[in-house]
Amino acid sequence: MTEARFTEDQVLRYARHIFLPHIGAEGQGKLTDASVLVIGAGGLGSPVAMYLAAAGVGRIGLLDFDRVDLTNLQRQLLHDTDDVGRPKVDSGRDRLLDLNPTIEVTAHDTSLTSENAFEILEPYDVVVDGTDNFPVRYLVNDATQMLGKPLVYGSIYQFEGQASVFLPGRDRPCYRCLFPEPPPPGSVPSCAEAGVLGVLPGIVGSIQATEAIKLITGIGEPLVGRLLLLDALTMEFRTMSLRWDPACPVCGENPSVTELIDYDAFCGLAPGQAPPEAERAPEVAS
Amino acid sequence: MIDVKLPTLLRGHAGDSPEVQGEGGSLGELLDDLERRYPGLTRGLRDDRGLQRHVNVYVNGEDVRYTGGLDTALGEGDTVSILPAVAGGSR
Repeated sequence: MTEARFTEDQVLRYARHIFLPHIGAEGQGKLTDASVLVIGAGGLGSPVAMYLAAAGVGRIGLLDFDRVDLTNLQRQLLHDTDDVGRPKVDSGRDRLLDLNPTIEVTAHDTSLTSENAFEILEPYDVVVDGTDNFPVRYLVNDATQMLGKPLVYGSIYQFEGQASVFLPGRDRPCYRCLFPEPPPPGSVPSCAEAGVLGVLPGIVGSIQATEAIKLITGIGEPLVGRLLLLDALTMEFRTMSLRWDPACPVCGENPSVTELIDYDAFCGLAPGQAPPEAERAPEVAS
Repeated sequence: MIDVKLPTLLRGHAGDSPEVQGEGGSLGELLDDLERRYPGLTRGLRDDRGLQRHVNVYVNGEDVRYTGGLDTALGEGDTVSILPAVAGGSR
C-alpha cells in the first residue's frame, strides 16, 4: 500500500480522501507529488489555494504583486485584518502553512509578464488563473498552451461566474478559442464601481480547486471543452460547449502567435501602462 | 418566442431582468427585435463584421460562431445565451 509513504498524522489528516473511492491512498499520493501555481492571491486565489493546501497538494505557488487592502477582506479569505498592508503572497503563505504545515508554499511577489512567465510557470504541473485583468489572462493562456500545461480558468462579475479547463493540444479549446479578442478598454462599466458579491469568488474558486484536484488525480471529467456559467442571483448553473478553433492564433492549425507578446498593446492599453481603474472594465474587481 | 438569458452587464437595459423574450427567425432578427424592445441592449454586441469577438452567443448551449453567426436559425422554444468576456478574479 502506498499508505506507507504517509506519516500517521498524514493518514489522519487525509483520511477522508484516503477512504474515498476514486482518490484513495494512490490519489492522495498524486496530490502530495503535485505542484500548482495559483495566479492571483485574491478572491478566486483564496479558496483555490486554501482547498489545495488542505487537500495536501505538495507544492503551491502563489503569485501576486499586490498588498492586502481593507476592501479585500469582504471576500479574500487568505488574508486577515492584521494582514492589511502586507504583501498578499506573504499573508497567503502564512495562512496556507497554518492550514497545512506539511506542504511547501512558494511566494512569487511579482506581476506576471511576458519576460518572466515561462520561468515562473515552468516548475508547476497545473496553473490556476485567478487574475483580474485581460492582459494577464491572455498571457497565462498563451504561456500554458506553449508550455503544454493545463490551465484552470475562473472569472467573476458582480453575481455571475465562469469556469473552464483549458488543455494544450489539438481539439482542446483554449481561452483564445473562447474569446479571440478582449473587449475594448472602457467598453464596460468598471468593476471597482460594479462591485462583486463576496461569496461568489468562493463558489467559482472552489470549482477551480475541484477541477485542479480532478486533473491531478485523473478522476472524473474535467471542464474541458465546456464553459460553466453560474448566476448567484438565480442560482442557475449552465454549461456551454466550447469548440477548438482551428484558426486560433495560439492553439490552432497554423498558430500566428508563437511567442509571448505585448499583452497591454493587445488589450488596447499603452505598453506598460495600466488603465485608470475606472476604465478597467469587465475586469471586475473581485 | 425565444428565451434570451442576459449577462449582468446587459440586464440594466431590461429592467434588471436576467431573462427576456424576443422574436426572430435568425439570431440577427432576434437582436433587432430585442433592440426595439430594450433600446441599447444589443449595442456593442455587433459591428460590421458581425458579432464582436469578445462576445459569445449560444443557442441551446452551442456557440453560434459554428452555426452561422447572425444567420443562425432560431425557432420557438430555443434558448439564447449572451456571454461577454469578463476578467474579474483577484483584486
